Amino acid sequence: MTEDCKRTKLLTVDGLTVEYWARRGRIRAVEDASFSLEKGETLGLVGESGSGKSTLGLSLIRLVPYPGRIVKGDLLLEGQNILKLKDEKMRDIRGRRISYVFQDPMTSLNPVRKIKTHFIELIQTHEPKISESAALERAKKLFKDVGIQSERINDYPHQLSGGMRQRVMIALALALNPSVVIADEPTTALDVVVQAKILDLLNTLQETYGMALILITHDLSIVLERSDKIIVMYAGRIVEQAKSIDLYANTQHPYSQGLLRSIPNIELADQKLEAIEGSPPDLLKPPTGCRFWPRCSYAMEECRSKEPPLFETGAEHLARCYLYRGEKEK
Amino acid sequence: MLLVQRRKRKVSQSEIIRVEHLKKYFPVEKSFLERVLARTRSFVKAVDDVDFSVNKGEVFTLAGESGCGKSTTGRLIVRLIPPTSGKVYFNHVDITQMSHEEFRICRRKLQIIFQDPYASLNPRMNIGRAVGHPLEIHGIAKDEEERKRVLEILDRVGLTPPDQFINLYPHQLSGGQRQRAAMARSLILEPEFIVADEPVSMIDVSLRTTIIDLMLELRKELELTYLFITHDLAVAKYISDRIAIMYLGKIVEIGEKQEIFSSPIHPYTQALLSSIPVPNPERKRRAVELKGEVPSAINIPSGCRFHTRCPYAEEKCKRAEPELIAVNPNHSVACQIMER
Repeated sequence: MTEDCKRTKLLTVDGLTVEYWARRGRIRAVEDASFSLEKGETLGLVGESGSGKSTLGLSLIRLVPYPGRIVKGDLLLEGQNILKLKDEKMRDIRGRRISYVFQDPMTSLNPVRKIKTHFIELIQTHEPKISESAALERAKKLFKDVGIQSERINDYPHQLSGGMRQRVMIALALALNPSVVIADEPTTALDVVVQAKILDLLNTLQETYGMALILITHDLSIVLERSDKIIVMYAGRIVEQAKSIDLYANTQHPYSQGLLRSIPNIELADQKLEAIEGSPPDLLKPPTGCRFWPRCSYAMEECRSKEPPLFETGAEHLARCYLYRGEKEK
Repeated sequence: MLLVQRRKRKVSQSEIIRVEHLKKYFPVEKSFLERVLARTRSFVKAVDDVDFSVNKGEVFTLAGESGCGKSTTGRLIVRLIPPTSGKVYFNHVDITQMSHEEFRICRRKLQIIFQDPYASLNPRMNIGRAVGHPLEIHGIAKDEEERKRVLEILDRVGLTPPDQFINLYPHQLSGGQRQRAAMARSLILEPEFIVADEPVSMIDVSLRTTIIDLMLELRKELELTYLFITHDLAVAKYISDRIAIMYLGKIVEIGEKQEIFSSPIHPYTQALLSSIPVPNPERKRRAVELKGEVPSAINIPSGCRFHTRCPYAEEKCKRAEPELIAVNPNHSVACQIMER
């Protein structure tokens, strides 16, 4: 990657590897992940539980929980390597330049604090010169943006419904006008109608605030519908990366193909769903070679011994599979 | 196979379950002082006058958002909780009036599979014991015979080799395997009717299909009938024959799958269907907007309970509660606007 290229990208992740040092052994939750994000773009990060998608998301704000640690790689935010920053400096970046919306809004909000206290605390921590009333004003404006009546700011978290709590979380994430928002399963705990509303809200806010969005989810339908670019993860590895349209129309990796065939589409009549046989590997003892070969119907001799690199199968389309051996290696 | 031979009856399209005016009101807990001061008691009307029937051999789905009463309905049908009023007929016999002793025979035929296989299996019982336990409780088999049947059913739900799984504990299984074990436990009594309460919503996407397909296979092989409870209409469309959409304790639309998905009539059904994400990036659709959120089941709106959120609501909707009216023999809807 050239220096010039690095400068224009909003966020560049290069060779990021995250390990958990558990008692039973070392787990590589994310291995050698590289991708980049441009201004205003929506990136969908999909995978099943244990695929490393949340660990990857958390590592982008350096919040991988103990005993996890980032062991390798670079993380450039507007050209600055944030992995090298001191903790205090990093704290300043969190919320202000990258913010995070967690899956479960009930456990992320303090139950004994009013909603407004959350906002005032957040804004004043990052911008100490701002008065309490000014912070409150800003919070009320944010409430309008996310579609909650501003009086509700005096409520406690338990007085709000699940959908409203998630809106509060989004408002908190936007409070300092960050350039990247990471939303980790923002709608998993919500019903479909509310889910559609929250996702619409994220899309509209993205237009008004011009931030880039990383949408982490297990639901391929959501990212196909909502994002520009998609990364598919399997057992800690990025197995396919492409524009949404390409991933849908020209799916390359057998795992992504399997995922697409296993999700019901209500617009198709008489759809036959096919499952992916077997289950994801235990990352304490991952299979040798390609992580997916035990479940793959195309598995060849080579897949069992050596892990395939990412092959460039098209414009901005990468797939980690020997089926595309002729193509350029990334 | 033993299980298959035993049940070579002729499948007829007759009804196996009929639910009539089923209601379940949960009293709202109040402190002593509140009870003395406030004369009236308030109730959560979880299920509020529901009628439907399920035919032998079909997959009937109850769908709706959380809090709509779909799970409570499922629990009422298998008599895990008693109804406030109303009747549940199983093979034309009212099970709500039965004594505990009488019901024991029916219990074998009416089983339930829960959403969370982590919580529904006892962590201290190995799979063999957990699956075989119902046989002991009902005095059907024990020791060698029990073991034989357990092995057979584990094999049938795909936990192979069964003699290995019999000694494992729930924590040693994956989510999908645990759900299979839970299925084996409910199937071992050779039930006729199974309530499946969100059986796949906690299972990873790539394994979900295997569980659904297993359920459908078993239906054919063991002549089962399912009441499938789900919030996921995409899954409902794949698995069911007929669907009922519930909102705040009432069925708002009920009909054949094709009817519901190709020509939904109730505004709530339309909104639900339009909110489902479609796995296709070229398809940019906007959901039908619903105002506000689901009202509390304690203070249900007057008239049509959906009028507070309905984009088409009129004055009359606030007054009269709509009845389910048949649009055609396979499709009924409770909405006053469609009457025109």
